Amino acid sequence: MTKKKDPLKLTWKEIPLGFVHSDYMSSLKNHTGSWRSERPLWDEEQCIKCGVCAMFCPEACIKEDENGYFHADLDYCKGCGVCAQECWTGCITMKAEE
Amino acid sequence: MGKRKGIESSIALADAAAMCRVDGISAYPITPQTHIVEHLSEWVNDGKLDAEFVPVDSEHSAMSAACGLSSVGARTFTATSSQGLALMHEILFIASSMRFPMVMAVANRALSAPISIWNDHSDIMAERDIGWIQLFAENGQECFDLTPLCFRVSEDKRVVLPSLLNFDGFIVSHMIEPIEYWDQEQFDAFLPPFEPQIRLDVKNPTTMGVVGVPEIYYETKMVHHDALRKAKAVVKEGFAELEKTVGRKYEVVEKYKADDAEVALTILGSLAETAMTAVDNLRKKGHKVGLVRPRLWRPFPDEEFIEAVSNIPVLGVADRAYTFGAAHHPVASEVKSVLFNEEKRPKVLEFVLGIGGRDVKVEEFEEMFMKMIKVKDGAKPFGIEYVGVR
Repeated sequence: MTKKKDPLKLTWKEIPLGFVHSDYMSSLKNHTGSWRSERPLWDEEQCIKCGVCAMFCPEACIKEDENGYFHADLDYCKGCGVCAQECWTGCITMKAEE
Repeated sequence: MGKRKGIESSIALADAAAMCRVDGISAYPITPQTHIVEHLSEWVNDGKLDAEFVPVDSEHSAMSAACGLSSVGARTFTATSSQGLALMHEILFIASSMRFPMVMAVANRALSAPISIWNDHSDIMAERDIGWIQLFAENGQECFDLTPLCFRVSEDKRVVLPSLLNFDGFIVSHMIEPIEYWDQEQFDAFLPPFEPQIRLDVKNPTTMGVVGVPEIYYETKMVHHDALRKAKAVVKEGFAELEKTVGRKYEVVEKYKADDAEVALTILGSLAETAMTAVDNLRKKGHKVGLVRPRLWRPFPDEEFIEAVSNIPVLGVADRAYTFGAAHHPVASEVKSVLFNEEKRPKVLEFVLGIGGRDVKVEEFEEMFMKMIKVKDGAKPFGIEYVGVR
């Protein structure tokens, strides 16, 4: 896809073959965090640092910090709650955004 | 020139696909298509064909795997029939929209219910709008010849769309016919190695199958439709090259004794050959009758079809499938809409026949032609005649 033109303003004659998107990793521009109505909060007292939350995160936006605990990148966390559902110890709670 | 041998059409079609040097095959067996993929699995198992054979759990998976094979740049082949084609339905649109130039052979068979393994065109007519190139072969030789043609057209840089080759289940698929094989050199000259226009490649990452939001989805459909319409010219080029290669002439609209005909019949598939015998019999009696058959069904060759029928006073159209609830059945609907705005056009009479494997005899075609001749001579045109229904 041409980088000069807004991909959503292409004419039909400019559509790349098969609508293949060659501007790879462009999904990083899509800040899905704006969809969020709840955010995950980790209780580090209960966290066993297993990483199941990161493994299940559909946005792959949960990262491990230098101490082995996990946090969501709120630019991309859409508040789906999968991490809280999957957490083995129940240390993640979903807190409503204000 | 290759040898002429007595062989089952399905086996010949599979041999043609193998001689196209396919890289990937994914398929699920279904009557009456099974012999094709069985035979291809033998080619692979015997080490005679260097291809990936992906056995799958359903036709939905077969078409999905075919998309996967094609996406990495493999020359991809599959085959199916009836319920199998129906089960592929949602993936068929994906294959064409994502521009995967695979080839699929479809042994046309009726759809359930009631269960029927016999031949009609209800499977393909339900998939008319999938955005694939669709051709009809009437006999085993055509199955053999048109398999490389399909790959050639599909893979052409100006096309890049999948092709679907229809032929009648059992009537053609299981018939042992004298079929002239091409030499491997002829295949290789007619069909150069596949050069994928798009492919998944870790060195040059791309995303395939992205979301099309309302601001862009419409444009992607427009370019797909345009590409399919333009594929007709490439099909015609391919037919010309095929004639140069093996001396057999193919046309997007085939005519049989139609140039001076006063009444003609449009029919798809192998029953056209039965209708030819009826034409020959009636010609001997002095009746100017003929056939006009679109070999290319999608894209529909409207210009060539209009030209072929514009001087014919009465045209019959035979449908081998119902469009339930519609005023007209699929082929008649196509033909009538193509002709509607033409100043010079035939009266169109409609027939439905050969449903679910019901035999249609030469005499029945003769009767149909005689009814059409009566209309040509001034009788009132009739609506849809359901030939042979009790």
